[in-house]
Amino acid sequence: MFEKSATQIARAVRMREISSMEIVEKAIACVEKREPAVGAFLSKTYDAARAAARRVDARVGAGEELPLAGVPLGIKDNLCVEGTRTTCASKILGDWVAPYTATAVRRLLDAGALPIGKANMDEFAMGSSCENSALGVTRNPRDLTRVPGGSSGGSAAAVAAGMTSIALGSDTGGSIREPAAFCGIVGFKPTYGRVSRYGLIAFASSLDQIGPLTTSVEDAALVYDVMAGKDEYDATSLDRRVELTSGHLREDLKGVRIGLVREFDLGVLDSAVRTQYEQAYGDLEKLGAKITEVALPSAEHGLATYYLIAPAECSSNLARFDGMRYGLRVQENDVTLTYERTRAAGFGDEVKRRILIGTHALSSGYYDAYYVRAQKARTLIAADFARAFEKCDLIACPAAASGAFAFNAKSDPYSMYLMDYYTIPMSLAGLPSLSVPCGYATPSDSSVPLPLGLELTGPLFEERRLLGAAHAYERATRHATRIPMPSLENVRI
Amino acid sequence: MASGDDIDVAYVAKLARLELTADEVCKFGAQLGVLLEHAATLERLPTADVPATAQVIPLCNVMREDVVRPSLSHAQVMAGAPKVDGRSCTERGYFRVPRIISEE
Amino acid sequence: MSTAQAEKTEVVFEAVIGIECHVELKTQTKMFCGCRNVFGGEPNTNVCPVCLGMPGSLPVPNRLAIEQMIRAGLAFGAQIPAFSKFDRKNYFYPDMPKDYQISQYDMPLTQGGVVEFWMLDGARGSCRLERIHLEEDTGKSTHAGSADGRIAGSTYSLVDFNRAGVPLMECVSKPDLHSAPQAVAYLEALKRTFVALDVSDVKMEEGSLRCDANVSIRPLGATELGTKTEIKNMNSFRSVQRAIDSEIARQTAIVASGGRVSQETRGWDEAAGVTHLMRSKEKAHDYRYFPDPDLTPMEIPGSEVQRLREELPALPQARLDRFILRDKLSVTQANQIVDTPGLGDYYEASLEISKRPQATVNFILGDISRLANEHGVRADQSKITPGAVAQLVELTESGTINSKTVKDLIERLWVGGGLPKDIVEVEGLAQVSDLGEIDGLVRDVLAANEKTVVDFKAGKTKVMGFLVGQVMKASRGKANPTIVEERLRMVLGAP
Repeated sequence: MFEKSATQIARAVRMREISSMEIVEKAIACVEKREPAVGAFLSKTYDAARAAARRVDARVGAGEELPLAGVPLGIKDNLCVEGTRTTCASKILGDWVAPYTATAVRRLLDAGALPIGKANMDEFAMGSSCENSALGVTRNPRDLTRVPGGSSGGSAAAVAAGMTSIALGSDTGGSIREPAAFCGIVGFKPTYGRVSRYGLIAFASSLDQIGPLTTSVEDAALVYDVMAGKDEYDATSLDRRVELTSGHLREDLKGVRIGLVREFDLGVLDSAVRTQYEQAYGDLEKLGAKITEVALPSAEHGLATYYLIAPAECSSNLARFDGMRYGLRVQENDVTLTYERTRAAGFGDEVKRRILIGTHALSSGYYDAYYVRAQKARTLIAADFARAFEKCDLIACPAAASGAFAFNAKSDPYSMYLMDYYTIPMSLAGLPSLSVPCGYATPSDSSVPLPLGLELTGPLFEERRLLGAAHAYERATRHATRIPMPSLENVRI
Repeated sequence: MASGDDIDVAYVAKLARLELTADEVCKFGAQLGVLLEHAATLERLPTADVPATAQVIPLCNVMREDVVRPSLSHAQVMAGAPKVDGRSCTERGYFRVPRIISEE
Repeated sequence: MSTAQAEKTEVVFEAVIGIECHVELKTQTKMFCGCRNVFGGEPNTNVCPVCLGMPGSLPVPNRLAIEQMIRAGLAFGAQIPAFSKFDRKNYFYPDMPKDYQISQYDMPLTQGGVVEFWMLDGARGSCRLERIHLEEDTGKSTHAGSADGRIAGSTYSLVDFNRAGVPLMECVSKPDLHSAPQAVAYLEALKRTFVALDVSDVKMEEGSLRCDANVSIRPLGATELGTKTEIKNMNSFRSVQRAIDSEIARQTAIVASGGRVSQETRGWDEAAGVTHLMRSKEKAHDYRYFPDPDLTPMEIPGSEVQRLREELPALPQARLDRFILRDKLSVTQANQIVDTPGLGDYYEASLEISKRPQATVNFILGDISRLANEHGVRADQSKITPGAVAQLVELTESGTINSKTVKDLIERLWVGGGLPKDIVEVEGLAQVSDLGEIDGLVRDVLAANEKTVVDFKAGKTKVMGFLVGQVMKASRGKANPTIVEERLRMVLGAP
């Protein structure tokens, strides 16, 4: 089914070559066959998908030009969709059904997309493997013994497994880019503020962004164009003209200066992985790009900076999960004990850790030393990027230090945090950034080649430049389809 | 100043309304201690004259006009209320919450 | 007297009081969402994902609320900074939808300012403002299961979020007040100004004004502050006065008997007339304030502040000062003029012509206000124009008409409008003061009432009233009653 891209599906539906109703049944059948192996979804929304398909066909029949007509869509379960159970992969939301739909999702649905299901994730978007989900396990379609990455693991797996054509994820420190890299697909995080956060259950308000996970840069551009733009319900959404990215995708990189980060030395990577990235850099040059070295001296502090700011904001954002108005309640005799036991029962360990460290970083006596200092470090990191972009047009680096790891491989929290090493600095600076498949490396303890992702980052607001260049690289190298996906049907787990 | 300070997990957990077992207090204390050690590296950065990032993207004065927008229906609000032993924690249209011990 | 006793001099204490108020702004919609800002309604019927703190919701600030806030500050001469922001105040409570309140911490929208007020005894006071800042209101909880609806003894609570998110001004005064009446005068001055600006209804009974008082005492002349207590749960201005007086008395008794006042929060019990301990002040709450990342900072251009300043209406304090200092009205009279809608302009317009403040105000606050209340019509929207009022003053002061005629005239003007001088002229209502005419009437009346004259001369002095009445009747009410009585006494040989 998903031999065709979202772009192709939408065109076919618009041209009445195929109906949304036919597509939705194909998608549902596909999910039914592959989901047992992959476990991408926490809930399936087949009724809504069928109803949407009917509406789309009617609108297409009436002559409407819908950019995403009939495109099956997976939705990360931290996005509110009216009438769907929305969990953030946590126990604390219980059976809560969202009474409203996130703006970004609504725009895609209005454009004709079909909501197939709510995708699994690390609880409250905190994690880099999807293992922190309290409600389900998602496996990497490329190698079912391995993690799909996180926190948008379910979204990445759904697309990689061909169950939906596109998916929405969210990215705070790398949560779209890293799982996209692990699953061998495209994952794109726009400039902070380009896509409305209204309806995205907040993790870190100054970092969260919604973005597409797709099988091609062309599809990512299409989804972005539909979603982006000011929203009256989000005060941090940019009131800036959205330059459309579709139709501006390049075929070469002539004249494009690509910066390689001096501090991101490939020498620290496994040799198999390193070879792939060296080749990727070479491929960029072959396309006409001029490679240059840039320095991001503060980037090594990205992790420390991020792991103070993000938990601080999340400790406040997650206070509302208190058992009073919605979700789980562990009822005790008084309200304080009710709060304490509801939150103890409802939150997983990683969430608790981040709430604790975040609360500490904001608390009296520590606020200046931790939170304020981290926000200053953030200024330095953003300034480093601004300086780097004087010398180059885009920055290239690995999306992650390796391919997907095995389940339980990173049981120490800090080792998990290191998975976001290459993606966090861009998030702190609010820059548009994506991961595009750039090859495979087979780990020494396995025979399954695992995808790797090349991370490309642009200056603020330069989505068109970024997607344009990524498209050129993708078309020239076609890594995504070079190694066929293993079979996911009738697989015993 | 803060590097080397241990995080008082029990105090912070109280602030955050999280009940922790004694084991968790220990375990989290150790894990977060590691994180705080890494955080201490920020002291090396020349941040003396650097402003803290207030906004990632410099926006200001984003406001809305004083115009009514749709509210939720009462039914929707009540439908989402927590349930304890299968019973909704609401009463005559209010949210029903356990005894508050002290005024705020 | 022994030395020991001589040393036992009475220490006089002064009270030091600061007031912290929360005032709900009068906007169509809430502070951060588009739900209606309206009092009452069935519980939880005026809420949305934002003001319920639902997952994924985001706040967007109400421009009008910010402007109203700035106007309120300007009315008290506060500084409006070029830059301001919202901060999150983090704490858990069931009426807090997000378990943090969006408020302002270190960069409030206004700083400083002064509230001036008049006491009923004619003294003028002032109280400096620490700041006024903008925040969102919480939901409302009622406590069930206890006999008196208070928290202690309740077994559960019920929460209504209709009020959650309503824009709130928090006004914090410096501790410049020194008595309960001063505190009330301060509150009335706040209320009066906010009503004049139309930024709030300021009704304690509806919760659009809530206040707490910080009370301490110290020896008169001391500069250091004593330990203060916070008094809550005062639901009317009268409660405020009673509660503060009660607390001052309580603290004075403690200190006078050698004890020390503990820093506490105390709740006013209206029925019992005392304050109860609510909680001891342990360590201060750690609210973990930080700038709200969901909101953008506010940059307020000087030109905008200037525009808002220029567009302020006539401020009541300035009016009160004029009426009391220039016109020598009593504080009570001045308050009533300023507080009644439309009356201020009405009085000033009348005064401009009449040039007689006291006489003018007596008419306006007397018969005219009475008629206004009876008929439910504002004086300034009645048929009695300021010009008419001025003429009433002139006609009375010149002795042209007497008090009974005036009363009749007012009734007629109320119903039919017109000008008093015209009516008096056309109907010949001018008071008769001519001695010859009056003496003639007196003679007639005395002649017709010989028995009464005999009674009077026999010592029944009270019948004078009857005789005056008879002369008035004979003159069809136009005689000048003072002169009538004078002439009667003269003729009768009475003192």
